[in-house]
Amino acid sequence: MPEPNAIVTKAAAEAATPEATRGGIHYTPCVDIYESAEEVVLRCDMPGVKPPDVDVRFEKGELSLYGKVQPRPTPPQYLTQEYGVGAFYRAFTIGPEIDAAKIAAEYRDGVLTVHLPKQERMKPKRIAVKTG
Amino acid sequence: MSILTRWEPFRDLRHEMRRMRRFHRAMDRLFGHLGIDLVELPIAAAAYPPVNVWDDDNFVYAEAELPGLKLSDLEITVTAANQLSLKGKRESAAPPKVEWHRQECGFGAFERTVELPIAVDAGKVEARLENGVLAIKMAKSPAAKPHRIPVKAE
Repeated sequence: MPEPNAIVTKAAAEAATPEATRGGIHYTPCVDIYESAEEVVLRCDMPGVKPPDVDVRFEKGELSLYGKVQPRPTPPQYLTQEYGVGAFYRAFTIGPEIDAAKIAAEYRDGVLTVHLPKQERMKPKRIAVKTG
Repeated sequence: MSILTRWEPFRDLRHEMRRMRRFHRAMDRLFGHLGIDLVELPIAAAAYPPVNVWDDDNFVYAEAELPGLKLSDLEITVTAANQLSLKGKRESAAPPKVEWHRQECGFGAFERTVELPIAVDAGKVEARLENGVLAIKMAKSPAAKPHRIPVKAE
């Protein structure tokens, strides 16, 4: 089992070797994670993945992102090869403050965006102050 | 000069590999694809975006991963001097007031020029951007195409 957040850069020299799962190699995609009052948003670069090949799962507190890359016609020899082509995989542990039933995801232009809405009780509330 | 130097254990190695690669390219230019068939080692790209280049009899292909961009965000130029340049800007999709937990995917403007190893016809270039992968197809200039030499039998 690979460490969930190990980073394998696509530009390979510092070459974290791509790891083997699901019978093939995969790359760890880069992610941006930010939080607003309402939700946590996770954006993940998965270039070359076709929309139906994106697999987002939530199971036992773990959110896993998998993107299968259909093999593109590979030349017998590259003139320049600066990155590898392969599937993407990364997993995150999601805390109880997230409303798992409302997790939603979209994929556009090679970027997967996952919306993780906060539980109602976790959202900041303004408390009305009465004057005496 | 700063007192602190960033610890870059791979810098020398990378530099060495780049030097070797330049040598390899120079040898390739000398001998074409004849001769020694070295295994190409993928090396860290100094510039963004990393680019893969290959060819067949009639075309040179270049491919780059540019997630989060649309073709209209990109300016692609191929010059007569065989320079392919990619220029663009990736906007941050995050609203302004958020708390960041991780920020690994870069954004902002980039520009990169790649020298193509084979002469192409700058007028015959097609580019497609699909699911964050830019694919460029360039027609080889007639002189660079392999051609059959008729052999006369006496």
